Amino acid sequence: MRIFQTIWGKLWLILFCLALLSLPLWADPYIIYMVNISGIAVIAAIGLNILTGLTGQISLGHAAFVAIGAYTSAILASKLNTPFWLTIPAGGIVAAFFGILLGFPCLRLKGLYLAMATMSFGVVVEYGITHWDSLTMGVRGISVPAPTIFGYTLGDPSKLFYVTIFFVTILTLGAKNLARTRIGRAFVAIRDRDVAAEVIGINLTKYKVMAFAISSFYGGVAGGLYSYSTTYLHPENFTLLLSIEYIAMIIIGGLGSILGSIFGAVFLTAMPDIIKGFADFMGRQFVFLHGRYDEEWNIAAFGLLIMIFLIVEPTGLNGIWTRIKTSFKNWPFTY
Amino acid sequence: MELLEIKNLSLRFGGIIALTALDMTVREGELHAVIGPNGAGKTSLFNCISGVYHPTLGEILLRGENISHLKPNEIAEKGIARTFQNIELFANMSVIDNLMLGCHTHMTSGILSCSLFFGKALRQEEESRLQVERIIDFLEIEKVRKKAVGSLPYGIQKRVEFGRALAMKPKILLLDEPVAGMNVEETEDIARFVLDIKEEMGITIIMVEHDMGVVMDIADTVTVLDFGSKIGEGSPLEVQSNPKVIAAYLGQ
Repeated sequence: MRIFQTIWGKLWLILFCLALLSLPLWADPYIIYMVNISGIAVIAAIGLNILTGLTGQISLGHAAFVAIGAYTSAILASKLNTPFWLTIPAGGIVAAFFGILLGFPCLRLKGLYLAMATMSFGVVVEYGITHWDSLTMGVRGISVPAPTIFGYTLGDPSKLFYVTIFFVTILTLGAKNLARTRIGRAFVAIRDRDVAAEVIGINLTKYKVMAFAISSFYGGVAGGLYSYSTTYLHPENFTLLLSIEYIAMIIIGGLGSILGSIFGAVFLTAMPDIIKGFADFMGRQFVFLHGRYDEEWNIAAFGLLIMIFLIVEPTGLNGIWTRIKTSFKNWPFTY
Repeated sequence: MELLEIKNLSLRFGGIIALTALDMTVREGELHAVIGPNGAGKTSLFNCISGVYHPTLGEILLRGENISHLKPNEIAEKGIARTFQNIELFANMSVIDNLMLGCHTHMTSGILSCSLFFGKALRQEEESRLQVERIIDFLEIEKVRKKAVGSLPYGIQKRVEFGRALAMKPKILLLDEPVAGMNVEETEDIARFVLDIKEEMGITIIMVEHDMGVVMDIADTVTVLDFGSKIGEGSPLEVQSNPKVIAAYLGQ
């Protein structure tokens, strides 16, 4: 609780929690579904932000860890009938294992070279999933049974919602605590100056691999939740484009900030709907634009948004949020 | 008693010889200065001691134990801390966080404890924070403790770097040009801190410095390097009257 220091902060937190927890009672099922998907994106984005934002190791292969987590829990659930409260953490652990495997060869790589290496890992995983038919069902896809607990089915979004929120809460608090203690500081030290970090006693090998492991664990858990949420997995869900979406989330949200990852993930998940709504609105206003909306616009919009944020607001949504907060706090003075 | 002993140390990069057959002994509790013209190998010597470079030949003995093959982080755990000639702080972090990073080796909490912020992690965070506040008091940087290091003036950044090294609770502190680029007042402050560190905290100090005024005033022993080998050693007075040293500095 000490993360939220003021009374107002706590009050808003309680109100937010109440609104969120009672969501299935009053909200539209589509909104609940969107919240689930956002929650999953939040977990994956926090994971990537620990690796890329805090530790400074660029990864273009995050979708691969999400895929590994998703397929692990899907296979465990469909073939071995494992309950969901085991398969989701198992997805995380298997992904973390692959993260460690990838972390060791990547120790000496930086910047572009690391981006290339992680990207190739993503391609390899995608290939593996597509062609290992006996295990992953290949391009036919794999369907995931609805999760059950004590004989009670949690299939529809409004029930799965609580599972997602549980994992989001635990993992977000965990990441926040990690970021403000010894391990988080060591990560940032490696990002800022690795020689100095080593001289003050930080074991680079250990902490870089640890960052990979934690990041891919988050990715894996997100994948596990994703498999239950979509109930059907296909290799095409986990392409390079998904990795780029995660990168976009943390850049737009704010690199190295946990709150930023949440902002970025929610914003980018909701964005297709925002664009669609905007296109519909424009279509109604101007006849010649009617019906011109195309799914491909989303991809163009991602690119445009990343560009705008990199140029105009490098600290992301989190930076904007901090600025608004400070200006309110200092009002009526300018600083 | 000898705390650090350097025996027959040589360092080569291909055809370039940075250090040749260097012998040097640092006694416990002394302030040992290493001086020499540019390119004499002073910083290379520091890089060897702190493990950034591994010597081609020779040994570095810390209380009789050879540490020349260890990695920098292992040497840090043995109790050798250093500052850099060009400040190597974590510029985006606050002064407190930089100093807390200095405590890294004295904290042992793992992932689970840290992510729950409970038990060992909580206790060690509090202990380290208390120690960091003491160092902040000692170095008189209370006012800037929450500021990002990158936004501070050069002289203050140097002090923060001192603080980070002190937070490691070292046995030996290596200072690479602590007063380079400072005005007279800042130089006096730093010299005072260096003496306090030596006398109050009982930390052995090895210092590379070009400011001869500071070296002659505060050093107990001076080693003079030129072209990678030792040309003189002794008390400041002895070194000043050594003809080889005079020749190296005046180019005769």
